[in-house]
Amino acid sequence: MKEVILIKYGEMALKGLNRSTFEALLIKNLKKALKPIGEIEITRSQSTIFIEPQSDEFDFNRALEKVKKVFGIAAFSRACVANKNIQDILKKAEAYLAERLKEIKTFKVEAKRSDKKFPLTSPQISAQLGGYLLKRFPHLKVDVHNPDEIVTVEVRDFGAYIRAGQLAGAGGMPVGSGGRAAVLISGGIDSPVAAWMMAKRGIELCAVHFASPPYTSERAEIKVRQLLEKVAEYSGEIKLAVVPFTEIQEEIGKKCPEEYFTLIMRRFMMMISERIAKDNGCLALITGESVGQVASQTIQALAVTDAATEMPVFRPLIGMDKEEIVEISRKIDTFEISIQPYDDCCTVFTPRHPKTKPQLEQIIKAEQALDIETLIDNAIKGTRYSIIE
Amino acid sequence: MVCLVRKLVYLDNSATTKPCETAVERINNALRENWGNPSSLHGLGIKAEQEMNRARQAVADLLSCRTDEIFFTSGGTEANNIAIMGAVNARRRRGKRIVTTSIEHSSTLETIVTLEKQGFNVVYLKPDRSGVVAKEDIDKAITSDTILVSIMLVNNETGAIQPVKAAAEAISRISAPAMLHCDAVQAFGKMNLNPSRMGIDLMTFSAHKFHGPKGIGGLYKSKNVKIAPLTYGGGQERGLRSGTEATPLIAGMLGAIEELPDCDKQLEIVRKLRDYAIERLKEIEGISFNSPPDALPYIINISVDGKKSETMMHFLESRNIYVSSGSACAKGKGSHVLRSMGLSDARVDSALRISFSKNNDYEDVDIFIDALKEGIKTLRSFK
Repeated sequence: MKEVILIKYGEMALKGLNRSTFEALLIKNLKKALKPIGEIEITRSQSTIFIEPQSDEFDFNRALEKVKKVFGIAAFSRACVANKNIQDILKKAEAYLAERLKEIKTFKVEAKRSDKKFPLTSPQISAQLGGYLLKRFPHLKVDVHNPDEIVTVEVRDFGAYIRAGQLAGAGGMPVGSGGRAAVLISGGIDSPVAAWMMAKRGIELCAVHFASPPYTSERAEIKVRQLLEKVAEYSGEIKLAVVPFTEIQEEIGKKCPEEYFTLIMRRFMMMISERIAKDNGCLALITGESVGQVASQTIQALAVTDAATEMPVFRPLIGMDKEEIVEISRKIDTFEISIQPYDDCCTVFTPRHPKTKPQLEQIIKAEQALDIETLIDNAIKGTRYSIIE
Repeated sequence: MVCLVRKLVYLDNSATTKPCETAVERINNALRENWGNPSSLHGLGIKAEQEMNRARQAVADLLSCRTDEIFFTSGGTEANNIAIMGAVNARRRRGKRIVTTSIEHSSTLETIVTLEKQGFNVVYLKPDRSGVVAKEDIDKAITSDTILVSIMLVNNETGAIQPVKAAAEAISRISAPAMLHCDAVQAFGKMNLNPSRMGIDLMTFSAHKFHGPKGIGGLYKSKNVKIAPLTYGGGQERGLRSGTEATPLIAGMLGAIEELPDCDKQLEIVRKLRDYAIERLKEIEGISFNSPPDALPYIINISVDGKKSETMMHFLESRNIYVSSGSACAKGKGSHVLRSMGLSDARVDSALRISFSKNNDYEDVDIFIDALKEGIKTLRSFK
């Protein structure tokens, strides 16, 4: 029996003239995601994408796992293909759905007919298939309001597709449709979630990580790579920049008031990330900040951090509670990696009494003790790039 | 000419040691030539079995015991598990009490915590500030319903030697039904060990702590006690540890034992090296010593005032010097050993463990001390 994966897209279908660009991008992303599973052919028609495996060996379960992580999909399902005559539809439905129908008690049939030349109307198809299945599986009952399973038949241009239920897709927009942005990633719980959320909106990701050996460990960098690998399952490949940050931290520690340490450090991170972002065609920065989580994330502190860059800074977690962030991190499988104890990036430098209501003028004055240009140039020069897939 | 390659200074020998040449050769030979299954009846099997017997004899010689009292396992963790679970299962009808210390290796502590959850009463004896558990505390803790006493011989973080003999004496004085288990992983090959004279029923050792390969170790089990296995199968290791024997690793362990120096002489050499290191450490302001003076000299545990362990460790690493921040098994977590000695958070968070082997010399100590001084000068302090 021939099987396919049917993919329905969500809000993309609402796009007007750009729609085919979005569709093309989604197909490209699907092809990339499914490449390791096996050869496929992808076609689209009438707001649906059809994935047809080219070999019997094709592992559907693994393929569905991959599809689940592609943004821009509202729902997807595995379906069996029948010829466009009612006899074949009835036979194939019986065989294809037998296992599932044996497990349940109630069902209903929904038919959709986009090929209006098909001799039966949608209600007629439903009635015939429903009646046939009732006869073949006598334990079943029809329940149109609250069925255990919905059996769907779609009669389309090139065939009839039969499936039981469908799975929710990852939602969002196809990655690449929203341009590129650079995420500042530390190794904690928040930044990978922020990266994931923006990728969901179609943004292609670059990542910037600040390493301060010997204050941070090589393991912290390995951890960041592991986190990005998880995010990349959704976002596609991510270009990672690892920036040497020790010199800057030591300089700030030596020359600036302790209470401003974290803020000045974060401003440096913004300035450097902006340079890296521009070099890599990114139009915005992404951070995992949320209001009030720590001293450097008060409104005043965020304003001071923002003032260091002209780029828009996206903070998708800004209004979220820690538990909500943790819930997403568990869903995308980054939580267990994030809680490994290697991050404590800058605990050595953390001030005892950080300023929670800083004023920009004072910070800028404090920064005058530093040779900002040279420090940033050095950091950029020492930056190492790699691709996370 | 400037020498660009810094000498590797490896001072983390309590985590693991570099396998010696003889061990590597023996492993190689076992994989390339002598790869038979020791249980096979044919000649290839017999040859493999003979090599294994030589290894067993070598271990038995070191412990002055019989070869049928030595059981090979995958290492210290498995041996500790077999010993503890085995002893408790064997004696569970005779009592519910287990006595151990709060400074054991996690493979002992976690096993005992599991038993505690199953309803056994566990006493965790705390050490004093020098890292040693008091004899009197051991004496008092062992009662007539105690079925297992598990005390390590040498603590892996501080080198502090524990009065295991006191436990043996207490058990025999009141005729407690307890088996005495001793994790001797850090002592094996470094101290003269005679478990039967020490009154120890079960003793754990691990090859990679004395220049053998990882993945092999074992348990001494006195012929006078019986314990049941945790895993079942082909009945290898006289039924206590089924599964085809890891002959290459066992051969590697044999190689390591063959290369072990006389342990008393080596102890004196390392003691002098340790004393030299301590003398030089005393030159530096802000160093405090967490190991007691009478610790096994292979380990020195210090705290460096204001410098976070991990930061200092990574700094030293950048100079090709390797030490440890606490034990390697507790990556990142603050040491439970130093904590239960009652040291302050600041002391625990700034602890470094320097551990020697026969491969270290005075130059290593000098290079380490110079780098440590540099680190103290350049690294930012934590508050």
